[in-house]
Amino acid sequence: MAGQTLYDKLWRDHVVVQRDDGSAIIYIDRHLIHEVTSPQAFEGLRLAGRSLWRRDANLATPDHNVPTEQVERSGGVAAIADPISRLQVQTLDDNCRDYDIVEFEINDRRQGIVHVVGPEQGATLPGMTVVCGDSHTSTHGALGALAHGIGTSEVEHVLATQCLIQQKMKNMLVRIDGALQTGVTAKDVVLAVIGAIGTAGGSGYAIEFGGEVVRNMSMEGRMTMCNMSIEAGARMGMVAVDDTTLAYVKGRTFAPRGAMWDRAVAAWRDLHSDADAVFDRVVELRGEDIKPQVTWGTSPEMVLPIDGHLPDPASIDSPTRRAAVERALEYMGLQPGTAITAIRPDRVFIGSCTNSRIEDLRAAAAVVRGRRVAASVKQALVVPGSGEVKKQAEAEGLDRVFLDAGMEWREPGCSMCLAMNADKLGAGEHCASTSNRNFEGRQGFGGRTHLVSPAMAAAAAVAGHFVDVRDWQEEQV
Amino acid sequence: MKSFIAERSRVAPMDRANVDTDLIIPKQFLKSIRRSGFGPHLFDDLRYMDEGYPGQDCSRRPQNPDFPLNQARYQGAGILLARENFGCGSSREHAPWALEDHGFRCLIAPSFADIFYNNCFKNGILPIVLDAAIVDTLFEQMYATEGYELTVDLEAQQVTTPTGEVYEFEVDEFRRHCLLKGLDDIGLTLEDGAAIRAYEQAARERSPWLFDVIK
Repeated sequence: MAGQTLYDKLWRDHVVVQRDDGSAIIYIDRHLIHEVTSPQAFEGLRLAGRSLWRRDANLATPDHNVPTEQVERSGGVAAIADPISRLQVQTLDDNCRDYDIVEFEINDRRQGIVHVVGPEQGATLPGMTVVCGDSHTSTHGALGALAHGIGTSEVEHVLATQCLIQQKMKNMLVRIDGALQTGVTAKDVVLAVIGAIGTAGGSGYAIEFGGEVVRNMSMEGRMTMCNMSIEAGARMGMVAVDDTTLAYVKGRTFAPRGAMWDRAVAAWRDLHSDADAVFDRVVELRGEDIKPQVTWGTSPEMVLPIDGHLPDPASIDSPTRRAAVERALEYMGLQPGTAITAIRPDRVFIGSCTNSRIEDLRAAAAVVRGRRVAASVKQALVVPGSGEVKKQAEAEGLDRVFLDAGMEWREPGCSMCLAMNADKLGAGEHCASTSNRNFEGRQGFGGRTHLVSPAMAAAAAVAGHFVDVRDWQEEQV
Repeated sequence: MKSFIAERSRVAPMDRANVDTDLIIPKQFLKSIRRSGFGPHLFDDLRYMDEGYPGQDCSRRPQNPDFPLNQARYQGAGILLARENFGCGSSREHAPWALEDHGFRCLIAPSFADIFYNNCFKNGILPIVLDAAIVDTLFEQMYATEGYELTVDLEAQQVTTPTGEVYEFEVDEFRRHCLLKGLDDIGLTLEDGAAIRAYEQAARERSPWLFDVIK
């Protein structure tokens, strides 16, 4: 019998009931909750008169709606200016109080984007099944966990039963061997992967990221890659447990300690695909070949290297594809053949569950240190992923670096990634953004998003147009 | 949940690939703590000429005349015909809520995004995957025929055109069963409560660090 993949092992360890029709009841170890996708689930519980199956498996924090400006934020929930946002955050607080769920409330120092908070607190651990009513739950797969987003009906299902009904996915290995060039990061790698397989390339699969490049990557980088699995169509992305994983997890608030730590580590050491495991699909990229990436269109697969030029619809054979490119160019207000380096962002956003961790902020700060944001850039926002990230960044003086460069330093939250709070683009504005989706209207009605790495966003902020951060780093020497 | 057995209904188009859930229901409407009332904001950015906000009276907004759902020939449609990777992006269940609230009980496309596909079944919506060439044919017939209707039969797993062509589709047996009966799957899972307890007991012995830590 062939060996098992990491996904096979995680699945096997969580099957409660395997049904004859192919579906299975799968046990959920950790359920993360935020304010947007949970109110209707709690309402459903109440209407059906059901209680929580297991209170201590849940952890909540508000992130999507929270204001990031210090003044509005300082007054807590009551000070949220938008009454509909305020009610939603208040409803989360009320539900967590009613059901006795631990919540990091709006101005708790541990509050933040749920996918930054989970790993940071050790609330998500290797070997766990982790779900949340949010598609970027795939982030937690970086720890060697089986993690994916769910809808609100399933949020209710997990609250009531601690289980989900699932069908097993197929296995895909994305292997990146070799080494990355200086200035090329996890964000560029995952955008290159999405460019290679398309936004539906991973549909029906669980993706495991492997190869030398991933082995040498930090946990922050692995989280960035797993985070965007969903942009490749895969609900879950994951990375095998190794010493990097263990070093990251050790000592975190909810992580095991002492003898329990040793026991856990012994179990986690098996969380990798066996050498003879068989994948249904294997995608291979070379690290050296990957350049800094910039999306130009309205789907994450519409991505080019920094030295690229926009496609010409006239040269595309497939009518559906040609129509999509035409529509994207029109929405983005860009002409075929335009050089990526000629695109000028009006705003810059550094943040989101993809790129708001300490390593991301360090990379952005290294680029802007001693420089100024270009006069043509109206706003450059830096939004840390959590209160803990903010504190760490301030201890390192990164906030001063950003402020001295003319950028804004904000309170933690999802912010301009999806513009549910006051942070948004105006119609027609271009944004260099470290977030994960460049869909129409995502960052504001009529807004035009270009997805990039933190270093590339910072460099674009200073230059006033997209530049190759590899050259930039040579200039600094 | 409403059951879905068979339905004959008018068909409306969403003729582009990779329709994401932000396009189906923009984020400003996700601030609602309710499950209903999203229908008037379905495809809000495409459907109206102005920017929508929660709680407004949509009947007074300027409509985009080029958008199919605003055209007389597609009024009352219960089936949406779509392209590849429909429903990609976020896990927001507000997307199927908006489709259902507008009156769509069935979606037909060459492929759907995984999370969205799953969310449909939780809300009495049947997403049907048909071969891309068949979907092309259905688009052609629909554009050529005002008032074009399809008959969808979940029991028989068939889509029938007005001219009598029959296309078989596949659907996972458990989902089919729940949708045909309109079953609440939380209730079904709770029937296996003893198995869940037994699993937890074994997991607690095997991996105690997973329990009793968040409090």
